[in-house]
Order: sequence, then structure tokens, then C-alpha cells
Amino acid sequence: MSTITGAQALIKALEHQEVEVAFGIPGGAILPAYDPMLDARFRHVLARHEQGAGHMAAGYAWATGKVGVAVATSGPGATNLVTPLADALMDSVPMVAITGQVPTQAVGNDAFQEAYTTGITMPATKHNYFITDPEEIGPVVAESFHLAITGRPGPVLIDVPKDVLNARLEWRDPGPISMPGYRPTFEPHPRRITEAIRLIESSERPVLYVGGGIIKAGASEALRSFAEMANIPVITTLMGRGAIPDSHPNALGMPGMHGLYAATTAMQKSDLLIAVGVRFDDRVTGDPDSFAPFAKVIHADVDPAEIGKVRVPEVPIVGDARRILEGLGEGWGDRPALDIDKWWRTIEEWQRKYPLRFDQTADGPLKPQYVLTRLREMADDDAIVVSGVGQHQMWASQYWGFEQPRRWINSGGLGTMGFAVPAAIGAKAGKPGQQVIAVDGDGCFQMTCQELITAAVEKIPIKVAVFNNSAHGMVRQWQRLFYNERFSSSDLGMDLPDYVKLAEAMGCVGMRADRAEDVDEAVSRMLEIDDRPVVAEFEVDRDEMVFPMVPAGGSNDIVLTGPEDL
Amino acid sequence: MNEQLVLSVLVEDKPGVLARVSLLLARRGFNITSLAVGPTADQGLSRMTIVVNAPELEQVKKQLHKLINVVKISELDPDSSIEREIMLIRVKAAAGRRSGVLELAGIFNATAVDVAANSITFLVTGAPAKLNDFLELIRPFGVMDLVKSGRIAMRREPKARKLKAVG
Repeated sequence: MSTITGAQALIKALEHQEVEVAFGIPGGAILPAYDPMLDARFRHVLARHEQGAGHMAAGYAWATGKVGVAVATSGPGATNLVTPLADALMDSVPMVAITGQVPTQAVGNDAFQEAYTTGITMPATKHNYFITDPEEIGPVVAESFHLAITGRPGPVLIDVPKDVLNARLEWRDPGPISMPGYRPTFEPHPRRITEAIRLIESSERPVLYVGGGIIKAGASEALRSFAEMANIPVITTLMGRGAIPDSHPNALGMPGMHGLYAATTAMQKSDLLIAVGVRFDDRVTGDPDSFAPFAKVIHADVDPAEIGKVRVPEVPIVGDARRILEGLGEGWGDRPALDIDKWWRTIEEWQRKYPLRFDQTADGPLKPQYVLTRLREMADDDAIVVSGVGQHQMWASQYWGFEQPRRWINSGGLGTMGFAVPAAIGAKAGKPGQQVIAVDGDGCFQMTCQELITAAVEKIPIKVAVFNNSAHGMVRQWQRLFYNERFSSSDLGMDLPDYVKLAEAMGCVGMRADRAEDVDEAVSRMLEIDDRPVVAEFEVDRDEMVFPMVPAGGSNDIVLTGPEDL
Repeated sequence: MNEQLVLSVLVEDKPGVLARVSLLLARRGFNITSLAVGPTADQGLSRMTIVVNAPELEQVKKQLHKLINVVKISELDPDSSIEREIMLIRVKAAAGRRSGVLELAGIFNATAVDVAANSITFLVTGAPAKLNDFLELIRPFGVMDLVKSGRIAMRREPKARKLKAVG
């Protein structure tokens, strides 16, 4: 029987997983793997920085629901992946990272470009592997993909020393996966479903509080169906935007620190939270002790460790979000919809009284919310929006209006500035037929914008709207509110960089708008160009603040709806 | 006040598992009092007995369960489990004071495993409380060195079933 190298086995194993694209950067220790990659059945996108490669893999995974693949060399290549791995772990993004390692006999000797990759990434991954025997490559790759995408998804890292990549082995297709310590629960327990139904049918002010778990489990249809059947309002967290269409009459939008008043308050006043695929994050709950004080809780999640972590539920349900919501639908059967008109009228009153609002005057400073509403209006219905972290992220989530799942990509849990540009590239590589628009802040953009060179060279025509307020806007907002307007190190400078020239230098089309009347033209040009990446800079009002707002650690009972509430 | 919990954790015998377990406990803010690891009767599996200070048992168990190499976790209630620990203790024992030391050691079934001109080293085995009692009583003689194995523990068989098995 003929033998192949460990590197060839690695590529074969990735092909076996039907990988379409890998994002990475070669280097000494991983070089053997890059040779057979030239002939691989999948595409390799050469990033400019490993952090970029990692976020590209994440963006690909968010957009497609498949496992994103990132490749890096040993040492700094691997350490540069730590942020994307930590990001993917927080947001449950299925990813497999492959890192080269110095040859086995040099491991532990402080060799050139050596870092203890598995040690460093242990708390930043769902699991990781250090391969010492080329025969392990096939089975470990198969296990890694299985781990990444099943149960609560997450990143898995495989560290392979150079000599293992060069060693020879006889290839065998990997057999069935057996991991005695990994048996995620998929089917919910029927008794729990019955208990949940009992609570729901006797509730007077129920809300469905749903998040990223819905998107990952493909549970949108089951969610919509159950919400309609039982007549229950639906609140979607930052991670769950698009789980139910924002135009759906039951949808209340995002809750929490910058959530809609009606969504946040509905949870506060609720007598039953039906929490599915959420983790009671501090940005949602505010002060947990005063969160939803009247509510009983049904908490359904695929990760049992999330249940009871922040709030002890009356009914815990472990399982897949889609199966749970289908189970609730089946359990509801032909019961009539809940008769909760009074609750609905209260919510509608909050919606009427406290809508999102901004004030764009014809000749006043450009408001970011105005740009977003125009962008939403003019972009394709199924456009994918990718955001960084900060004010622009909150405005995008508030104003976009999501109609389908997997149209919203952002860094939720870790709050990784610089996520948008590379993640948008990954999303576009996975969904080349859809518009992919990065909504970015100027602070975020300057962290990872060099990946636009990747986009230009690799012909991945993403669109980037830079909301330029010449500041770390959210930091500035907090300094305004809580630090006496002492703007310490949050000013990015008014004139630099020149975004148009910067975009052009990186092979993109650059444009700029700073007046409301110029927005439509800029947006339509930006959306038209489809053969190159585009950067549109919008010079927006640097004093605009994100509202509503619940100050960090405060009670969700006190929602600041605008500057007049300060 | 944090409770001391005794967890018996069955893990796959793979490199790095101990690091994963201890890292996770540290990451979640749980303080390890003692940790003993050894092979089991099943090849490929090891048993860790972890004594941990943690505010809440369920979270510790659930977080540990997320580790891919952790196969099974049981909490051992001191009332229904056998707990043992080994201690090596070197006590000052110059010629004139040996008898007092040996008398106390005899009561605790401590075995002298090394005798020198001015000291005796004892091996003591037993429940953690017994070891602590011995330590407190021997302390006035002068403790020169001390090593504990960390606790190992096993659930007792339910009495009813044991009787049935015998009958």
C-alpha cells in the first residue's frame, strides 16, 4: 500500500469534511501543509494577519452554518489566532484552527517560533489537540469537525508539529467517532416539555427570550410557529437578531443595555420568561438581582452549564433549540392561543411611547442612524450585515430590521473590535451571491482594515460602511456620561486617515459622504459596484449617543430613553 | 461560605487532562484543596479525586462535564463514602523523647518508616479527620516535615444491597 505524508493526510482529511475554503497564512512550521494545499479541492484565502484569518473563518461559519477553517504557523501565527478563538468560543461559532508546531524533538526547548499553543488556547477553545503520531491526523480532524458543529458549537484547535506533517503513513478513511466524554443531549426530555406547557398556559405576561441558539439550531421556523400558536411576544438578543423577522407582529426586538424599551421592559414585567438558546448575559439582564423580578423561568439550552448559571429556572430543558420549540408546538397541540390582550396592549403602549428615535436635520450633522436606515432601505433584502463592536454595532442591531436568520454577524460576547472587515470577507467567501456589508466604526476599522487588501487580491467584493466619528464612540459616550466629559484617549484625530485614499491604496473603491443629502448617492454607488471591495466613509455626528441605555450594572427597571433622561 | 466538595471524576487517560481540569477550576474561581490522580481498573481511564472549595456544586459539575475528556463525575457525600488519605510525617524524637512519640503513633496505627538519630518518620493512613487529629497531638513534639497524598474516596455500597449479596 502506498504511503502519503502527514501534510497530505491533513489536506485529505479536510477534503473529507467537505471544506470549501480555508483562511490562513503560511510560515515555517506549517509549510509542509501548504504544499499539498496547492492541489486541494478547497480554496485557500491568504489573509494579511492571522487574527484576520480567524475572524474570516468565523464570518464564514456565521453566514453558512458550516465549520470555518483557519490555518496558521507556530508561535506568533498561533498566538495571533487566540483572539478569534476566544471570540468564537464566547459566541459558539463552529471553527477548526490548524496550527503548525516546531518539530517534536524541539518542543519544549524554546525553539524559534515556538509557543505552547495547546496550553495558551486551552481556555479559548471547546477542545484542542496536539498531534504526535501522523496516524492520528485523520481521526483527530474528524473529531474536531464533529466537536465544532455539534452540541453547543465552538472552536477546536489542532496543533501539528512539522515532523509529523513530513512523516509518512498509510491513509485510512476515519471510522466512526467515539468520544466517551462527549454526548451532547439533542432530544429534550418530554416531561420537561409538559412542565413548560403547564407554566405557559397559566401565564399572563409571557415572553419568549431567544438568542443565538435559535440561529445555530435552525429553529427559526419552529420559533415563529410556536410564538404564533400560543400568541407570545418574542425578544431577540444581539446574538439572536433575525431569529424571527423584525416585521413579525410578535417581534419586540433586542432587549438589554441598548435594547428597545418595550423589549427590556416586557422582560422586567413578565411573569414567565421562556428562554431558549440564551445565557442571561449581563448585557441583557443588567443587575441580575433585579432582573425580571416577577418572572418564573423556563430555560432551554443545549449547554446544561448555562442553565442555572445566572438564574435558577423553574423548568430547565436541555436539548436542541429546534427540537425543544417543535416539542413545545406539539405539546401545545390544539390549545387555543393565550388570551393575553391586556399584556399585548401594555407592550404596544410601550412601543408607541418609547420608539427608537433620532433627529436628522437637513443641514445638521449626519446622524449614523439615518445612514443605517437609508442603507437598509436600499440594500438587498437578503443582504448580510457584519458589524464591529461599539456604537455602530448597537445602531446596526437596532435599525437594520432583520427578516431572516444568518443575515447578522457580529462579535457579541467577547466584543472584539476589528471583527467586521475580516468577518465580512469570510461571510462573502461563503455566500458569494449575497450582498455582504460591513458596518464598521472608525476605531474598529483601523484595527483590521489591512484585510481589505486580502479582499481585493482574492476578489471578495465586500462593502464597508465606515461610521467615522473620529473617536472610539462608545468609550466617548461613557466618558461623557460617567467621567465628566473627560475624553481620555478616545479621540482618534479629525483628519486622519484619509479613508478614500486608504481604500484606493488597498485596491478598493473609496467614497465619502458627510451630509444627509449625499447619503443616498454614496449608498447607491457603494451597492452598485460589485467587482471590487468598496469603502464608504460616512462622517457622522461624534456627539450622537446610543439610546435607550441601561448603565452597566444598573437595574433594567431604569431605562434611559434619550439624553433628556440623564 | 464556600463548601468543601469531594468529586470523583472519571477521565480519559490522555496527555494534558490534569491541566484541563485544574485550569477550568481556576478559570471559574473554584479553589482546589487537594487532587489525587491514578489509573483505574479500566485501561484508558483515570480517576481524579478532587476536593474543591466552590460556592455551588452544580456549576462545578456542569463546567467539568464540558471538558471533552471528562467521562463521569460523581459527588461523594462524606456520610456515604469511604475517604482515605496518606501522610508521611517526620517528628523530632531525640533519644529521651522517643517513647512518648511512639506511644502516640501506636494509638493511631502510624508505622515508623524511617528512624534517625533525632527523628522518626511515620506513615499514617486513614480518614482525613484521623490524620488531622494525629497531627494536632504530635505537633508539640516538633514536626520537621510533612507530606499528604491528597484524599481518595469511593462511594459505599448501599447497606441493603450488600446484605442481600451476602445472604
